[in-house]
Formats: sequence, C-alpha cells, structure tokens
Amino acid sequence: MNGIIHFDLDSARPPREEVLAAQELPPAGALSPRLRDLLEEAFAEFDARAEPRAIAGELSLAELEEVLDGFDGPVEETVIGQIYPKGEAFALYVATLGTPLAERIRELFANNDLGRGWMLDAVASSGADRLSDLLAARFESELNGRGHPMSRVLPYSPGYCGWTVSGQRKLFARLRPAEVGVTLNDSCLMTPIKSVSGVLVAGPGEIHRFRPDFAFCDECKTRACGARMASVLKR
Amino acid sequence: MDILKQIADSLQKGDDPRVGALAAEALEKGIPAGDVLQDGLIAGMNVVGEQFRLREIFLPDVLLAARAMYAGLEILRPHLAKEGVPLRGKVVLGTIKGDLHDIGKNLVGIMLKGAGFEVIDLGHDVAPEAFVDAAVREEASLIGMSALLTTTMTRMREVVDLVESRGLSGQIKTIVGGAPLSPDFAREIGADDYASDGATAVERVKALLGVT
Repeated sequence: MNGIIHFDLDSARPPREEVLAAQELPPAGALSPRLRDLLEEAFAEFDARAEPRAIAGELSLAELEEVLDGFDGPVEETVIGQIYPKGEAFALYVATLGTPLAERIRELFANNDLGRGWMLDAVASSGADRLSDLLAARFESELNGRGHPMSRVLPYSPGYCGWTVSGQRKLFARLRPAEVGVTLNDSCLMTPIKSVSGVLVAGPGEIHRFRPDFAFCDECKTRACGARMASVLKR
Repeated sequence: MDILKQIADSLQKGDDPRVGALAAEALEKGIPAGDVLQDGLIAGMNVVGEQFRLREIFLPDVLLAARAMYAGLEILRPHLAKEGVPLRGKVVLGTIKGDLHDIGKNLVGIMLKGAGFEVIDLGHDVAPEAFVDAAVREEASLIGMSALLTTTMTRMREVVDLVESRGLSGQIKTIVGGAPLSPDFAREIGADDYASDGATAVERVKALLGVT
C-alpha cells in the first residue's frame, strides 16, 4: 500500500450513531429537534467541504524501528513498542479531511457559532478516525490477497498509549505528507487539524493483544484498547 | 412576563437574536446593564449549567445558550463599562503544549465569561512559560489548563512548578481539566484544583478566588 489514496465521501462519512456515541449524546431518535437539526447541518457541511485523502507507504521492520527511534521516550515503554516486533507487515500513513473543513470549523468558533462549530468538529473527528480504519481495512485486504489470510491490521498513532506526538517528526520525514496537504508544526501538531497519522501493523490478531498496565493506562479514561483488541481477535 | 425573566428563558432556548433584542429593550426601559447581566443572562446561564450538571441537557445545548449569552453581552458591554460593573476576576486559559484539542477549554472560557470573569484565552499548544508570562502580564488571578492526551497532560506540572519557582503561588491559582485528568492527577502535580466540565469549572474557580 503505497502512494496517495483518495476516499469517496460515502466511505469517509461517519455513521450518525458513531458520532453521537463518541460525544456521549443519545441516539438520533432520542435527540431534541434542535440538536437533530444541528447534527444534520453538520453532516451537510461535512459533505460540502471534506476532501478525504491519505498518503501511505509500506516499510520493513528495520525501517519502522528507525522511525520509532525518533521520539522523546523509551519505545519499549509504549504499546506500539510491544506490538511491532511481532508484526509481519507495516505501513506508515497520514490521512486528512482537508483544509476547507478545518477552516469552516475554525470560522464557526471564531464567529461564536459554538453549537454548530462543536457539532461539525464532532462529525469531523469521527470522520478523521474513520480514515485510519479505512486504511487499516485496505491494508488488511491487500495482505489477505497477497497470501496472508490471517493478517489483522490495527492503526497505532503518535499521541496515544505512550507514543508521544514527537514521534511524528520521523514519520513525516519519511512519508512526506505535504503531498496531501498535511504539515507539522514545531510542537508536532498537524495542519489541517482534522488529520490523523500512524503506523498500520499487520499480523495474526493475537499480536495486537497487550496488558493495559502501563503507567499511562492509570490516567486513561477512554480505555478504547479493549474494544480495539476485541475487533481483531474476534475475526 | 418580567423582561429579565424573558431574557433568561430565551437564553436557555439558545435564541440568540431574541436575547440580543430583549437586552436592548431592557436597557431602553432604564434597567441597569448590571441587572440585565446578573438577573437575565447569568441567571439563565446558571439554569443551563445546572441542567447540564444534572444531565438533563447536553453540551451542544449549553453551547447554543452560550451563543445567546454572547449576543446579550455584546449589547451590554459598553453599558457595563459606563456603569463600572466590576468583573469577578481575570483568568488565563489554554490547552497545554503539544495538544490542539481546545473545545473543552473554549467551553470553560464561555462559562467563565458568562459568570462575569474576564478570560484571556491563549489558544492551544501553549508553552508552560507562556501561561505564566501571560498571567503575570495580565495580572490574572488564575491559570486554567486543558489537555486531552495522556501524552501531553504531564506538561501541566511544568506550569505549576513555574508558578511556584517564580514565587507566585500566593497570587496565581492553577486549575486543570480534560478528559484523561482526575482530581488525583491535579493533586499529584500540585495544581490547586480540578474541574470535570465547564459548569463545575465555574464553581471551582469561584471557590478558588473567593467570589460568590
């Protein structure tokens, strides 16, 4: 999986229920009329402005080790540090929903249109996460077609599970995502804001299992890792 | 219905054009801007905050109300200045270095403004020194910090340490918030307090600064 990938809007658009659940809102049917209107407006804005695309590049274990060596912490004390040595195939990626959508969110907040800004941000956040999942599914499908039917792919991203955002420096240096319009600032934050990055790790589902007993796990309230592990183990 | 009650009710409904129009009408009737603020806008926002705390409404409802609050404040602002209505205190807010998630921080800022505080919003990706420098420059009484990532929240300690090392602990209080944080984390890094959401933040800031 190498090069620039363009996604169609129907794939990139997150399901309504997923957006609502991520924001701890009730299901669409139970929303008040004004919140339902806000949600529908946000989806219309998403459809009008999102430009979902990504750049990805496969790399070897040794090359991945070189990328992981570039962040300001001990890699063995991160989740990715435990997972990657067991992986069979790897791909770096940066995906984005593009500048017009990010600019619209900024504009809404700047104009104190807070409810609309918040709802569009919520839809876009789920949409950006969805791009990681779409890339993982694509990589898995490609590997299955290349004779690795048991390969299961999960994305791992800087900023989470011990891998700090400084890890993006080497990732960006290798992948050059400016080609899809994504840049990194001095603090290792991506522009446009609704962009995601990471490494796709492939291997039998078991390789993605880990004990969530790292020091940072005590501070984590999302505990999303359980559902992530389950998603590959059950298949 | 009393016009201040109408303002409070319209604010709760998030009807920003009506809140603005009613605020102007109240001023025309000779009601002091301070009363419109306190018994109209802040009274309405207090109800919204309480409903949110009780989970009767949701965050976007609060934001719609906040927009209505802004609409009213825009009308009142020049009159408040003329009347010399004092602000409750000055607060510096920001999302910590390395983190761009600022919606929670924005909400806290809105709620604090609604409660009568002056808010200096430094935005996101704010360096520890920038927090303290801004608080000193602006003569703020409190620094509020937000983080959404477990990998960035640890930098909040640097702000607390800077406040202490510069001998400002008595003058500048610190409060932290954000999804991965907890009261234990706030205690561990030496912050003065922790708030789990915008409405709670207002209560905790009032308590820290000794205002009612």
